[in-house]
Amino acid sequence: MNQIEQIDIPQVIEKMTGRTTRPVTTSRARQDNFARRTFFVFTLLPVLLILIVTIALLARSWPILKAYPLSDLLFGTVWKPTNGQFGFWPFILGTFWVTAVGVLLAVPPCILTSIYLAEYAHTKLRSTAKPILDLLAAIPPVVYGVWGLLAIVPFVDKVLAPLSDRWLGSVSIFSVNQPTGFGILAAGIVLAVMIAPLIISVMYEIFSTVPNDLRHASLAVGATQWQTIRNIVLPQVAPGILAAIVLGASRALGETIAVLMVVGNIPQSPTSIFDSAYPLPALIANNYGEMMSIPLYDSALLSAALVLLVIILIFNILSILIIQRMLRRKWS
Amino acid sequence: MLHSYSAPQQGQIMDSHIQVKNLNVYYGKQQALKNINIEIPKNQITVIMGPSGCGKTTLLKSLNRFLELNDGTQIDGEVLVDGQNIYDRDVDVTEVRKVVGLLAQRPSPLPMSIYDNVVYGMNIHRMKSDRKEYKAAVRHYLEIAGLWEEVHKRLHDPATSLSIGQQQRLCLARGLAVEPEIILGDEPTSALDPISSQNIESRLIELKQQYTTVIVTHTLRQAKRLADYVIYMYLGEVIEAGPAKEVFGNPQHERTRAYLEGQI
Repeated sequence: MNQIEQIDIPQVIEKMTGRTTRPVTTSRARQDNFARRTFFVFTLLPVLLILIVTIALLARSWPILKAYPLSDLLFGTVWKPTNGQFGFWPFILGTFWVTAVGVLLAVPPCILTSIYLAEYAHTKLRSTAKPILDLLAAIPPVVYGVWGLLAIVPFVDKVLAPLSDRWLGSVSIFSVNQPTGFGILAAGIVLAVMIAPLIISVMYEIFSTVPNDLRHASLAVGATQWQTIRNIVLPQVAPGILAAIVLGASRALGETIAVLMVVGNIPQSPTSIFDSAYPLPALIANNYGEMMSIPLYDSALLSAALVLLVIILIFNILSILIIQRMLRRKWS
Repeated sequence: MLHSYSAPQQGQIMDSHIQVKNLNVYYGKQQALKNINIEIPKNQITVIMGPSGCGKTTLLKSLNRFLELNDGTQIDGEVLVDGQNIYDRDVDVTEVRKVVGLLAQRPSPLPMSIYDNVVYGMNIHRMKSDRKEYKAAVRHYLEIAGLWEEVHKRLHDPATSLSIGQQQRLCLARGLAVEPEIILGDEPTSALDPISSQNIESRLIELKQQYTTVIVTHTLRQAKRLADYVIYMYLGEVIEAGPAKEVFGNPQHERTRAYLEGQI
């Protein structure tokens, strides 16, 4: 034991390599150290922030978590704060329904658009279309909300709902139980339009990471452009496409204002895309700060925020794991 | 200078496989090839040489219609392969590229197994009907490319696990597997070590009985080792073209002489 402790490692390395490992204390080196530490602190900030937010939410949710079993809160289907009933299940379901419809509507056209832009489009078209798409991402959500209210809700009410009622009425997820236009489909359409620019932009970037050498190798043996995309490019970008979808879905999970303007805001467990719903973000935004005299109301809303945060975290962690697995399995 | 080169004494080539007629290529406003008129002999190795930026690669890539992959490229003139202008409107570009194979500057194995790389083009053109035929073909072309011995025990390993020299021979096998008549090589050994380069050169010499081969190179020594027929280019023009013996032995043009003597 003593012998081991006596070995002066820096000295040994010095002897072996002929170089000194002692800290250099010139002013350049000190500056460098200072810069590295400063940047490290700022890199750490976001991580800290997530921790702090989680802990704060947990602390504020504590009263209600103590008063009710977790399963009653998560899977309870009745939301009557005045009666002391706090079931989050309708809101959790509402969040998933709206997000799922939004993502399902957005993803297919996004994939086609990004393939076209990245693989087929001429430079000129690309340099016009890309900025316009990026601009769409900059439109404030409330504007999308107004558009949804004035255009999409009536469209769903007057066109889609009657059509669905006539042709798909027997399928429960397409049946029209609440003919107002406000509901999951309207919210999904608005969400799809909102997240599309983001998804396209990320997918486009991912397509451009595939080296042209690979495309040329395929074209050189006489493959068509579509064969090249299908056989060479798409397998390469599959994990990235998934990542783009996850990014869009995360955005959709948390989207508040545009959704709450068109979704109907009725706390029920939806069974059809024409049903109204009440996603978690809408619940929090609509109610926080009002009727705070109801016992545990404040705590209930903050634990709803905590549930939303946990859903988004789990969703992202799962998808990161899946993407990593896909990357490992792929040749590269 | 003055006169564009007058066509290389026509009739000198007994059996030309490719004829380039009045070819002009522009990248945007910049002219990359100026009025090219050449013939490329069948089943010989033609080497295109010249200083960098002279349009060698542009000329080569005009032969398999790879130029049009870049936006803003304008191509005027004709390239006849077996008498058919490959730029004709009713010509299927994938058929052109099946007949005119390309060995790229950097080896570009596709992100799949060694086996699948060789099968790739055959599959695209549905050239074989069952697994047995594909297996036999894979073996055949890997043997031609001089790679079979090294890889036959690990055909299903990723192609990227090969050394870079092996990768280039794999690319050769992949190109040959679609049964082209013409092999283009865009400085195909420039990324390789000397031994791998030599290996590729030997393959090309073995293959020239069956394939018309066109190689771009910037090394004079490689040109001398490989060439049966030489095209010397300078600033987008063909300065001199002719059988290797004549061009190397007795260049007709002062620029060619200067290049051969190492002055350019």
